[in-house]
Amino acid sequence: MKKRKFGLAMSVVLAAGTMLAACGSDKADEKEPADKPATGNEGEKSEFSIAMVTDIGGIDDKSFNQSAWKGVQEFGKEQGWEKGDGGYDYLQSTGAADYTTHLNNLTRRNFSLIYGVGFLMEDAIAEIAAQRTETEFAIIDGVVDAPNVASVLFKEQEGGFLAGVAAALMTKSDKIGFIGGQDIPVIERFEAGFLEGVKAVKPEIKVDAKYTGAFDKAELGKAEAGRMYSSGVDVIFHAAGATGNGVFSEAKERKQADKDAYVWVIGVDSDQYEEGKVGDDNVTLTSMLKRVDVAVNDISKLAMEGNFPGGETKVYGLHDNGIALADSRGAIPQDVLDQIDEYGKKIADGEIEVPEFVEKKK
Amino acid sequence: MNIMSNRMINILVPVISIVLGLIVGAIVMWVSGYSPVTGYSALWNGIFGDSYAIGETIRQISPYILAGLAVAFAFRTGLFNIGVEGQLIVGWFAAAYVGMAFELPKIIHLPLALLAAAAAGAFWAFIPGILRATLKVHEVIVTIMMNYIALHVVNALIKTLSGGGFKLERIHQSASLRSDFLSNLTDFSTLHYGIFVALAMVVVMWFILEKTKTGFELKSVGFNDHASRYAGMSVNKNIVLAMVISGAFAGLGGAMEALGTFGNMSSMGGFTGIGFDGIAVALLGANTPLGVIFGATLFGSLKYGANNMPNAAGIPVEIVSIIIALVIFFVACGYIIRIGLIRLRKNKEAK
Repeated sequence: MKKRKFGLAMSVVLAAGTMLAACGSDKADEKEPADKPATGNEGEKSEFSIAMVTDIGGIDDKSFNQSAWKGVQEFGKEQGWEKGDGGYDYLQSTGAADYTTHLNNLTRRNFSLIYGVGFLMEDAIAEIAAQRTETEFAIIDGVVDAPNVASVLFKEQEGGFLAGVAAALMTKSDKIGFIGGQDIPVIERFEAGFLEGVKAVKPEIKVDAKYTGAFDKAELGKAEAGRMYSSGVDVIFHAAGATGNGVFSEAKERKQADKDAYVWVIGVDSDQYEEGKVGDDNVTLTSMLKRVDVAVNDISKLAMEGNFPGGETKVYGLHDNGIALADSRGAIPQDVLDQIDEYGKKIADGEIEVPEFVEKKK
Repeated sequence: MNIMSNRMINILVPVISIVLGLIVGAIVMWVSGYSPVTGYSALWNGIFGDSYAIGETIRQISPYILAGLAVAFAFRTGLFNIGVEGQLIVGWFAAAYVGMAFELPKIIHLPLALLAAAAAGAFWAFIPGILRATLKVHEVIVTIMMNYIALHVVNALIKTLSGGGFKLERIHQSASLRSDFLSNLTDFSTLHYGIFVALAMVVVMWFILEKTKTGFELKSVGFNDHASRYAGMSVNKNIVLAMVISGAFAGLGGAMEALGTFGNMSSMGGFTGIGFDGIAVALLGANTPLGVIFGATLFGSLKYGANNMPNAAGIPVEIVSIIIALVIFFVACGYIIRIGLIRLRKNKEAK
């Protein structure tokens, strides 16, 4: 009896092996011819190639990483490259320990320019850039002082300011919310600008600002948004990556339950209009665009022409379209838009200086 | 003639479960349109492909060994330490802080940083231990909550210490487990000497459990606390002691990250997952010191090697996560199979 069990176990293992081999081989036959010529072409086509490492959010976070990937893709397609070695590609991080590994892997695949997307990648870029001096790196939202690293910053406070103006002009309850991801300098810039923008229009409004502590936890965003809307808040600006998707789902649920509910979300980084759709309605007031794609395109172009801004810090703001508000598609009436534009011009001209830090904190 | 001996079960069950996991993983890849052969060869290369991959894999294994030891040690005394994650986080913080705040010669600094990590982890585990021993509060509940407390307390401490920033300064070279030698050997991987610390702790655990009177008492409490009490052992003392030692292992696991892999600590949005994986590592290793090494090797390899699947085979991260989770799932089922097999054998013997 016992022997038979053992035999059964062995045969299971054997069967497993054959199955594995079987389903493996026929799939490989199908795929490989399709893959091969593609890689062959690319190798010859270009000496320059770009890749990026995402932060935890991933390229479909409907936000920051997605915007960066859009830039990489657009640039790659413009050059007629394909995804993969010698063209353009990305790797997605699942945790902080992945950063160095991914950067290293891409370096070893001979990409010429590698983007580290996100402030949290500073240390990893600094480390790898010191080891791999032949490769060019760019860090988005962070500063790394090395000859082969270009640092890219955005004036999020300027976009936050405009979002704040929009929120203050659109609110009916005079209660406005802000939901941030992790409490790090980048996100603080969004908050600082937003508070300042609200203050410029209606100084008496106190913004309910909360940090969820994470960029990838939609449930936290939803809970926080639920609390805010219930307390009378009618416009929430989120700067929380994928956590912000929870803010949208909360707003949409409320809109669905009651068509006349006055709830708005201001999206961030990418145009989040699609996120806010509820039947014929939409809860997206507008989105504060952080055009990482513009920056990526810009840096890639410079690097390809041999003018890679290594060791420099490039700051993108309203005046060079690195920051903007998205089309509100009718959610904001024209007279309000005109006022927002006015503020926008003042900021771009340097007439209004938006602070980077929230007052109470510094 | 007894084929189903303990040894046989111990070896067979994990092997079968891993193979089953890989097969189902292959089916998942196949169904979603990716070649399992390319996928698994990417996984293999990601683990053993070159010196860099091997270095990184070993680096990943080190904290898993310690987390696994922590869970296993508590298990042997009949305690379910779910708080390894929290103990690891406080250990990480303590090591990073000592590494950053003091300037000492290496011979003192490095051991001091390791000790600080162990002490912090031990303290964090002492609280649930003492609550269990004196008030009979179940350690599972307390340790789970202690995880959250650790996460947010440490985040707050980082913020305070860095003057409103989000990460501590880098540790001084004198506290680092990294070395140019290992780094050059493995093509700039982040491999560090932590693996030796981890292996030393495996020996320590084996020694405590198998060669000392204390270890005998701990195991005895694990088998049957009533009998142990009847035999004159202090069950309460042993519960606290087991938790403290378990926490010290976990704290050292955090030191691996602080002094080796990262060299500092950033405020975290969520758990590292190492402590929770430690539970599976310990179960896979049948709660023995040697078994933990194998469990940690499997976990660390899969975890690290999986990174190469999107890189070399173009398989999306989500699918890779499913595959790795499947392997672990089957390993967990293997534990159930093991219990089933043992029960079956006992029944047979009873007849």
